[in-house]
Amino acid sequence: MKTTVIEVSTSPHLHSGHSVDVIMRNVVYALLPVCAYAVWLFGISALALIVTTTAACVLTEHVICRISNKPTSVGDFSVVITGVLLGLVLPPGFPLWMAVVGSIIAVAPGKMLFGGLGFNAFNPALVGRAFLQAAFPVAITSYTPALALHRFTGLIPSTLAFPLMKAPPLAEWIARVRIDAFSGATPLMLQKFEHVSSDPWTLFWGQRAGSAGESSALLILLGGAYLVARKMMDWRIPVAMLSGAFFFGALFHAARPDLYPSPWFVLFTGGLMLGAVFMATDPVASPVTPLGMWIYGILMGLITVLIRFLGGLAEGVMYAILLGNALSPLIDKITQPRPYGAPKKVGL
Amino acid sequence: MGVLELISGKRLWRGVHVPEHKEQTCRLPIRRLPFPPMLVVPLSQHTGAPAKPIVREGQEVVRGEPIAQADGFVSVPMHAPATGRVERIALAPSARGDLTPAIFIRPYASASQEVLYGAPQDIEQMTPEQVILAVQATGVVGLGGAAFPTHVKLKVPEGKTIDTIVVNGCECEPYLTSDHRVMVEYPAAVLHGARVVMRAMGAPRAIVGVEDNKMDAVEALNKANGAAAGISIVPVAAKYPQGAEKMLIKVLLNREIPTGGLPSDIGVGVFNVATLAQIGELLPRRQGLIERVVTVSGPGVNKPGNYLVPLGAPVRWVLEHAECTDLASSVILGGPMMGAAIGSFDVPVTKGVTGILVLTDREWNQRIYPCIHCASCVTICPMHLNPSQLGMLARKERYEEMAAEYHLNDCFECGCCSYVCPSHIPLVQYFRVAKQANRKAKARA
Repeated sequence: MKTTVIEVSTSPHLHSGHSVDVIMRNVVYALLPVCAYAVWLFGISALALIVTTTAACVLTEHVICRISNKPTSVGDFSVVITGVLLGLVLPPGFPLWMAVVGSIIAVAPGKMLFGGLGFNAFNPALVGRAFLQAAFPVAITSYTPALALHRFTGLIPSTLAFPLMKAPPLAEWIARVRIDAFSGATPLMLQKFEHVSSDPWTLFWGQRAGSAGESSALLILLGGAYLVARKMMDWRIPVAMLSGAFFFGALFHAARPDLYPSPWFVLFTGGLMLGAVFMATDPVASPVTPLGMWIYGILMGLITVLIRFLGGLAEGVMYAILLGNALSPLIDKITQPRPYGAPKKVGL
Repeated sequence: MGVLELISGKRLWRGVHVPEHKEQTCRLPIRRLPFPPMLVVPLSQHTGAPAKPIVREGQEVVRGEPIAQADGFVSVPMHAPATGRVERIALAPSARGDLTPAIFIRPYASASQEVLYGAPQDIEQMTPEQVILAVQATGVVGLGGAAFPTHVKLKVPEGKTIDTIVVNGCECEPYLTSDHRVMVEYPAAVLHGARVVMRAMGAPRAIVGVEDNKMDAVEALNKANGAAAGISIVPVAAKYPQGAEKMLIKVLLNREIPTGGLPSDIGVGVFNVATLAQIGELLPRRQGLIERVVTVSGPGVNKPGNYLVPLGAPVRWVLEHAECTDLASSVILGGPMMGAAIGSFDVPVTKGVTGILVLTDREWNQRIYPCIHCASCVTICPMHLNPSQLGMLARKERYEEMAAEYHLNDCFECGCCSYVCPSHIPLVQYFRVAKQANRKAKARA
C-alpha cells in the first residue's frame, strides 16, 4: 500500500464530466448540418461567408487576449460559435469585408469588453449583426435566391465587394441565375410587402431565400434536440420562445386572417427558429431560473411577432433577443426560486 | 416501470443521477474484520459534548464495557470495542484533519472477544423517558453519517406530536452499500428498532423508504414485517440526494421542514436503517455500540466489501485487509458526494463512518472557467436555491448578502451543483467558506 501522498480536497469528489469547452464544441457540431445546408442552398458564397466570420472572430479574441496579456481563451470554443452564428444570420452574398467588420464588433465590444466568456450582457453574434444592420442597411437586406444556377462554381457578385466600397447591385445577376419560383425576396418580405404567402411545409424543409443559415427549421430543430438530449442546452427557452411566437401569432391571425399570416408561417420564417434554438439560448445572456426562462422566451416570442406584424421591419427576431438579453438580469431578480422550507410566496 | 407508475411513483424531482458504482459490493455479505494491534477510540465521535473517560491508563477492559460516559444530555458514552488493556489516553488524528483526545486500547490476542457485558431488559415495560435513557446508554448515534445522538432526536419537544417515523433506507450516495446489506441481512433488527423508536416518540406508523435499486432489501424487509400493522415499506425511484432527510420526507409525505426547523416541527422523526438495526440489536441486551458495517470500495481496492469493523480500527488496518493498491489518489470517509477526504491513514473508523472509498485517477487542476449561467445548478438544486448567483457573490466575498437574500444557510452541501457545473467552479467549497465567515462574523459581533 502506498503511504506517501494522498490528495485531500473537499467534497464532492465526483464530477459529471461536463465541461464548458465540451459543451461549446458540441454546439458547433450541432450547427454543422445547418452550415452544410446553407452551402448547398446558396453555394460557395455562403461557405466563404461562414469561414470568414469564424476566422475573424477567433482572430479578434486571440489578439485581444494577447494585447491584454492574458492566456488566449479561444480554446473554450465559445468564440467559434459566435463566428459561425454571425455567418449564418447574414445574407449569403453579404460582402466579406463588411462581415469582418461585424465580426470584430461582435467580439471586441460585444464580448471581450465586458470581460469575455461569462460576462457578456448580449449575444455577441447579434451585437455584430445589429451593428451591421445599422451600418449597412442595404447590404444586409440584399437577399439572393436559393438554389441559384452556378452557385458552386462562382461567387455571388456582392461577396467580393472591395473593402470600403458599396456592393454592386444584384438584380441583374439574380435574373440570370434564378430558377423558377425562387426569387431573392425572403418569404417574410413577400408576405409583408407584397402579401404573397408561402407554404409552411416548404418553409419547414427550408428551400427559400433568407440569411445563410436560417432556412431549414428541420436541421435547426435536430441540432437543438441533440444538445438537449446531451443536457448541454436547456429546453425551456426555445420551447417558450417558439410557443410564445406561435401563440401571439395565432391571436393576430384569429383577429384578422386576411392581414396576418397563420402561426405556422410565423414559426418557420425568418430567423425565429435559428434565433430561438441557438441564439436566445446563449446561457450567458439569458436568465438562470426556470420560471425566468419561460418569461424570457415568451417575451421574445411576443416581441418578434409585434415587430413583424406592427413594425416597419420584416423581421424582428434579432431585436427581440437583444431586448430579452437586456431584460434577463431583471427577470432573474424577480423570479428567484422559493427555497425548500421557505414560506409560500404571495404574488411574484 | 409503466408510464403511470413513472408519473405517480414516489420520486425526487430535483437532484442528479450519479453513476452508482454499487455493483462492486452490493452482493457481498457483511464480513467481520479481525482486531487491529491497536484501537483508537476518539472521545468525540458524535455531534455534541465529547464523552468523559472513566478508565485510566493501564486498566484492563472487557469488550462492551463502558470506557467513557456521556457529558450531559447531548452526548453519548463509549464502550470498549475489544477486550484488552488501555495503553494511553492521548491525541489522535481525526477525519477533520485535527487532533482529538482518544483512548488507545491494545486488544488481547488470545481473548475470546465474546460480548459478555450487558443484561437483558424488557422494552415493553419501559416509559418513553426510560427508552430514551436506555438508547443513550447504548451510545448509538446517527449511523448514516451525521453522528447526531439518536436519543436526543427521540425526545419529542414540548407541545409537538409525531405522527410518522420515516426510516431512511435510501443510501443514495454512490459506492456505499452498508445500509443495503444491513437491510438484507438484518431486516428484523431494523424493524425492531423502528418499533422501539415508534414507541419512544408515540408515533402510530413508520414508513421505510428504500431506493428501487435495492429491491432485494425491500423484499427482505417485507418478509420480516409480514402482515404486521404500522410499518410499511415503500420503494422510491433512485436519485441523489434522496437520502437527505428533507428530501425523503418531501418524497414520502409531501411535507417540507420549515427553514431552520426540525422534522419534529412537521410531526416526523427520521432515522437511518443502520441506526435502527443497532438499536434493535443492542437495546434488548443493554449493550453498547462497539462496531459498525463499513463499505470499503472504489477503484483503488482489490478486495472491496462490506466489513463489520470494530470502532477505533485505523483506516490503514481496514485498507490493508481490503488490499488497497498503489493507484490510490485519495481516501474518502463516507460517500463521494459528501464524504471527507482524509490526510492520514491513522484516522480511526468512528461511529459516523459509512464507507471508506479509495479513488484513483482523479482529474486534478481541472481548469475553472467563469460561470456561463448555464443554469444546470439552478435546475437541479434540491433545495431550490440559486447556486449560480451564490457562487458569484462568494467570489466577491459578499457573504452576508448570500445568507440574507439567497438563503445560503439552507444549503446542506449535497454537492449536486459542483457535480454538474461545466465550469468546474467549486461551489460547495465556496459555500462552506461563506458559512464559516458568517459564523465568525456573528461570533465577533
